[in-house]
Amino acid sequence: MSEILRRDPRKEWIARNRLHPQHLEVLAELGRSAGQGAASEWVGPHGLVRRNPHVVGFMGPNGLKRIDRSGVQQGAGGGRAAKAAAQSKPLVEIESPAFLVTVVPDMAGGRLTGHDRDLLGLARQLADADPAAPGAVLAVIFGDHKEDGFAEAGIDRLLHLDGPEVEGFAPEARLGALVAVENAWTPRHWLIPDSKLGGADLGRRLAARLGERPATGVWQLEASDEADLGWSCTARGAAGSLDIQRPLPRFALALAECAEPVSDTRHAASELTLPQALPARLSRIEDLGQVAVDPAGVALSEAEFILSAGNGVRDWDGFHHAAEVLGATEGASRVAVDDGFMARNRQVGATGTWVTARVYVAVGISGAIQHLQGIQSCDKVVAINMDPGCDMIKRADLAVIGDSAKVLEALVALVEQAREEKRNAA
Amino acid sequence: MQPDTHAIEGLAVTVLVSVGRHPVTGRSRRADQDARGVELARSLPGADIGLLHAGRLDAGNEAALRGYLGMGFDALTLIEQPENSDALPALAEALKAAPPQLVITGERAEQGEGSGLLPYLLAERLGWPLVSGLAAVEDVSAGVATVLQALPRGQRRRLKVRLPAILTVDAAAPAPRQSAFGPAQRGRLEVNEAPVAADVELAEWQFNPARKRPKRLKIVKAASARDRFKAAAAKAEGGGGQVLTDVTAEQGAEAVYKLLKEEGVLR
Repeated sequence: MSEILRRDPRKEWIARNRLHPQHLEVLAELGRSAGQGAASEWVGPHGLVRRNPHVVGFMGPNGLKRIDRSGVQQGAGGGRAAKAAAQSKPLVEIESPAFLVTVVPDMAGGRLTGHDRDLLGLARQLADADPAAPGAVLAVIFGDHKEDGFAEAGIDRLLHLDGPEVEGFAPEARLGALVAVENAWTPRHWLIPDSKLGGADLGRRLAARLGERPATGVWQLEASDEADLGWSCTARGAAGSLDIQRPLPRFALALAECAEPVSDTRHAASELTLPQALPARLSRIEDLGQVAVDPAGVALSEAEFILSAGNGVRDWDGFHHAAEVLGATEGASRVAVDDGFMARNRQVGATGTWVTARVYVAVGISGAIQHLQGIQSCDKVVAINMDPGCDMIKRADLAVIGDSAKVLEALVALVEQAREEKRNAA
Repeated sequence: MQPDTHAIEGLAVTVLVSVGRHPVTGRSRRADQDARGVELARSLPGADIGLLHAGRLDAGNEAALRGYLGMGFDALTLIEQPENSDALPALAEALKAAPPQLVITGERAEQGEGSGLLPYLLAERLGWPLVSGLAAVEDVSAGVATVLQALPRGQRRRLKVRLPAILTVDAAAPAPRQSAFGPAQRGRLEVNEAPVAADVELAEWQFNPARKRPKRLKIVKAASARDRFKAAAAKAEGGGGQVLTDVTAEQGAEAVYKLLKEEGVLR
């Protein structure tokens, strides 16, 4: 195709004329949506940016034209705005890396955790230290995932190992895969999160298998001329009571907040495959799966799934029943606690407990600022509420406007029905 | 449910114990996780438990080691090693000489490097499987141990591991019993000699008391003044959440159910 942009003045004229019978067709053809009307800014045929000031802005309630320069009105679809912001970050591609920095993220719940992102930031520090010979960050992830922000997290190469043998707790199979990575590419650095989510265990296994002495509990990195790899690190030792200054070895198990996560650039995150298939091995450890624990016994601050009640809840028996069926830990807003419906140790918010749940379901909670502060670190927030204008709806990833008691009842019915079907199938 | 006791008769268990450090006073004590390991071993019916320690013997350490004896033991095997030596060869030799069925230990030491590597290196050297972060041992029968592993967020995972195996104990394991003073004084410390391997690398590192880690600053990268103001006066915002209005309760519940299913929080 030729590079010259061709204009069709007739179509542009139709696109500008809202009353033309073919207006909508032509808009669709030109790739614009109906609400947007004509574009306010486009690149002309000679590369000049053309502007149409008449289409900027919107009609205010009093019939006057209003222009909002904050970008809120134009990017009405929040998701689209976020995506556009992600697209606008400069893309960094490293074609032929001088070396590899391998990161093995925990991927708790199928997503990069904050700890993983910190580690990727550290990996970028190591990889980008010498601009003349940049390294590439290789991330090795196991099993299914739900993450779509690998590129923004600073990953150049991605090795995704999938299969039943690496699912769940499979340290021996994963160890075999990492040894294969070591044999295939011999990365200069290995960075593994020193976390209870699996990184601490896997990293130590790998270092022991490869006979290298890792640095554990690393939280700071400095360039150093004396060290072999050009870096020295500060690591926590003796149950967190000592700081150990040492040269950075090839294997490092790093703590959370060891570096700032990548925020300015996008990376390629191109898929790699292992040159050889993994050998099948007999595991001496068998995973029988997670055990059902009593959700009421789990501390609120570390519960994974919280069903929280507020002033809008009338049917308390139904709420407790729903929490039991869903297997969720119960939480409450301050009003529900003050009114005596829930215990004080169940209060979520700045004045109660700061929770870290992955999924937080707020039932009948309007979202006072103290409450929203308390749920800042929750991943997914679901709101079930009568009032569509409240703050909780703005915070929520999914909001259902309706009677909470009925929604909970229907939810309980759905869950029970699904369990019944599963039982019948088995 | 009563554990199956008949098969466990004569189960040889070795608990590796270390000298701990009190987090506040800094005095030596029995290490918390190791003491939990001893308690875990005691909870196995019919287990024949031996305590093993590799390290220096001096007045402070002896008092700490006697803390383990006070949990109901007659003797503790001590492999004498100078300070800053590598305990791995000595422990591996001792375990090879009289291989137990289970080796239980804490996750990491409370003194020295405290990297938590020793169980992994031992497992590698002995060729045994290792399970880390245990909360309980449910059952040992027919050469297979069923154990509960502690996960973050109060979760538990059930695993089966073939014996002989090395198990490390998490802080979620049952709290250790109090150490009784009389038995602790009466117990014997059986001192053995073993070859010494000096830890050369460790001697080159600098050790300082832990500094408080700097608190992470909230870095705001904003292009315009309006963005900076918004970040400073931040109210938690999801941005682009899905709002379902005018739906029946069933449709709403369906959407919530789908999200819960996707996140994998429903069992």
